[in-house]
Amino acid sequence: MEALTLFEKLWRRHEVIPAEGGRPAVLYVDLHLIHEVTSPQAFAMLDARGIPVARPERTLATIDHSTPTGAPDLDGERPWANPATRAQVETLLANCRRHGIAVHGWDSPHRGIVHVMAPELGHTLPGMTIVCGDSHTSTHGAFGALAFGIGSTEVAHVLATQCLLKRKPRTLAVHVEGRLAPGVTAKDLALHVIGVVGVDGGTGHVIEFRGSAIRALSMEGRMTLCNLSIEMGAPAGLVAPDATTIEWLRGRPAAPVGEDFETAARDWLSLASDPGCRYDREVHIDAGAVRPSVTWGTDPGKVVPIDGRIPVEAGATAAKALAYMGFAPGAAIAGQPVDVVFIGSCTNARLPDLRDAAAVLRGHRIHPRVRMLVVPGSEAVKRAAEAEGLDAVFRAAGAEWREPGCSMCIGMNGDIARPGELVVSTSNRNFEGRQGPGVRTVLASPATAAASALAGAIAAAPSPAEEAA
Amino acid sequence: MEPIRRIESRSVALPIANIDTDQIIPARFLTTTTREGLGRHAFHDWRWLPDGSPNPEFALNRPEHAGASILVAGHNFGCGSSREHAPWALVDAGIRCVISTAIADIFRNNALKNGLVAIVVSARVHASLLERAGERLAIDLTHERIEREDGSAIPFAIDPFARDCLLAGVDELGWLIARRPQIEAFEERRAWNA
Ligand code: SF4
Repeated sequence: MEALTLFEKLWRRHEVIPAEGGRPAVLYVDLHLIHEVTSPQAFAMLDARGIPVARPERTLATIDHSTPTGAPDLDGERPWANPATRAQVETLLANCRRHGIAVHGWDSPHRGIVHVMAPELGHTLPGMTIVCGDSHTSTHGAFGALAFGIGSTEVAHVLATQCLLKRKPRTLAVHVEGRLAPGVTAKDLALHVIGVVGVDGGTGHVIEFRGSAIRALSMEGRMTLCNLSIEMGAPAGLVAPDATTIEWLRGRPAAPVGEDFETAARDWLSLASDPGCRYDREVHIDAGAVRPSVTWGTDPGKVVPIDGRIPVEAGATAAKALAYMGFAPGAAIAGQPVDVVFIGSCTNARLPDLRDAAAVLRGHRIHPRVRMLVVPGSEAVKRAAEAEGLDAVFRAAGAEWREPGCSMCIGMNGDIARPGELVVSTSNRNFEGRQGPGVRTVLASPATAAASALAGAIAAAPSPAEEAA
Repeated sequence: MEPIRRIESRSVALPIANIDTDQIIPARFLTTTTREGLGRHAFHDWRWLPDGSPNPEFALNRPEHAGASILVAGHNFGCGSSREHAPWALVDAGIRCVISTAIADIFRNNALKNGLVAIVVSARVHASLLERAGERLAIDLTHERIEREDGSAIPFAIDPFARDCLLAGVDELGWLIARRPQIEAFEERRAWNA
């Protein structure tokens, strides 16, 4: 029997028309996620031709990117950044109503960042193809679904036909063997892997993360890792479904129930790459060598261990990054003064992320010059965190506990820092100006971000051993 | 869409690696529901000083590059976000072609759907194009070659289906819609299996 990769199995299940004579394949999309920023132009393209939405039941909408994270006032008015953001949200709600698309708007108890809420509800299932006008759609690959970001024109293609024209990508296996040291999180692993693979190393590839260290990750950890695949240039990341996947999905509202779930689960387990399958490229990572890591430059590949030094690198791109960040080559990254700390985003705003940050903060106050925002990834995460009293820990430490949304990950809703400020952020992009014009971003895990808030400077979280002492 | 066969222009160089879509168009300009009028925001924070005046240092603002529509950019151009606003902004700012040693997948896809010809060349060719930045180039899409001022030509290859669409001035949506019967047959086959 032919030994197939997980990717190959997913691809074959969804190929409507194979590639032929220079034309890409037609690929079927099981689940289409939309939000307010990249969908309005797609609906306009359909309207311009008078085309209906082919399968409205396969599209799911939420509002997250430009939504305010401040609480509404007594009249229920929300603190919109500007009228344009409000118009975007209203346009999405109207488009969904008009086309019969389910939407988690303000009144939904499940609203949240698209890549947090869809898995949480069990819409994201192994074996699916999932697309969204958002590059971090790669997150859903954690479930063994082929999930990638698309542009707005392609959003229109999916709305109109439930299909995409797609060239078959190549495969890259990232094997992570061994055990992560205590206190080293999936985010640290992801940053480390980006440092190894490079920000362009995954271009044209689907990455499959495999090996004992991946098996040992929670679903939330796998989502964090797959989320960051795109930061290596790979539109999709994958982890094969296993017992962890199945137990996480059992009982989720949109997942199959009863015997149907068991039947589906058997099928999901069969998706794993066959022994002896071949990848176009392979990379090996020793999990034991991964340390808590942060970025020092203006792309997510410029990574150092938190106890390391900013490299002395030649080259115009590195020099430009250092000039923007205001860091001296060769200086220690720890101890650099911090103005803002952001815990949030589709990378790190799930319940275990908030627990990690709260564990560091409990019983302490953040440094007086630091502003700290904690933005849960969804309404469900917010409720669960409040039920455990995490909100009280954050508030007592001096942090702001806000409404769910993308917030300072992209800053579209007005949650931005001031020019020149340094933000330690649990999000995914440290590009110039990502968190506001002239703002400098250092990517980190929730524990490192919380420790940096306490210290007022980039700092390592106490190791679990120190904490026990 | 207008058919595209040939693009003629002086080249302009932006030899920085990993130019991400947040640089091509910062997120704060994505609060729109249309595709139009984004040209002013192309490379916004590099192109304009905080007071709104043009940054004289930035290549695209230099008088000798006025009207240039062929951009020779550093490695891994267009990485980051999937925002199609990036090619919309570039096209609206007059850029018709981007040449680099690597172009990020989603950006390249988006670019070709909007008449922005995205070309990947070898490091050697790239270095030579950068060295002679400002020369007159012609992008011949029919024959897939870059014609240089000195009379030489560099072959390139772009996605054949995207190329056919650009040459014919049609988009892919019509082609996909015409495949509805096959798509519906696929859906039925799958329902049967499930
Ligand atoms: S949290 Fe950030 S990366 Fe994730 S979907 Fe929102 S803006 Fe995109």
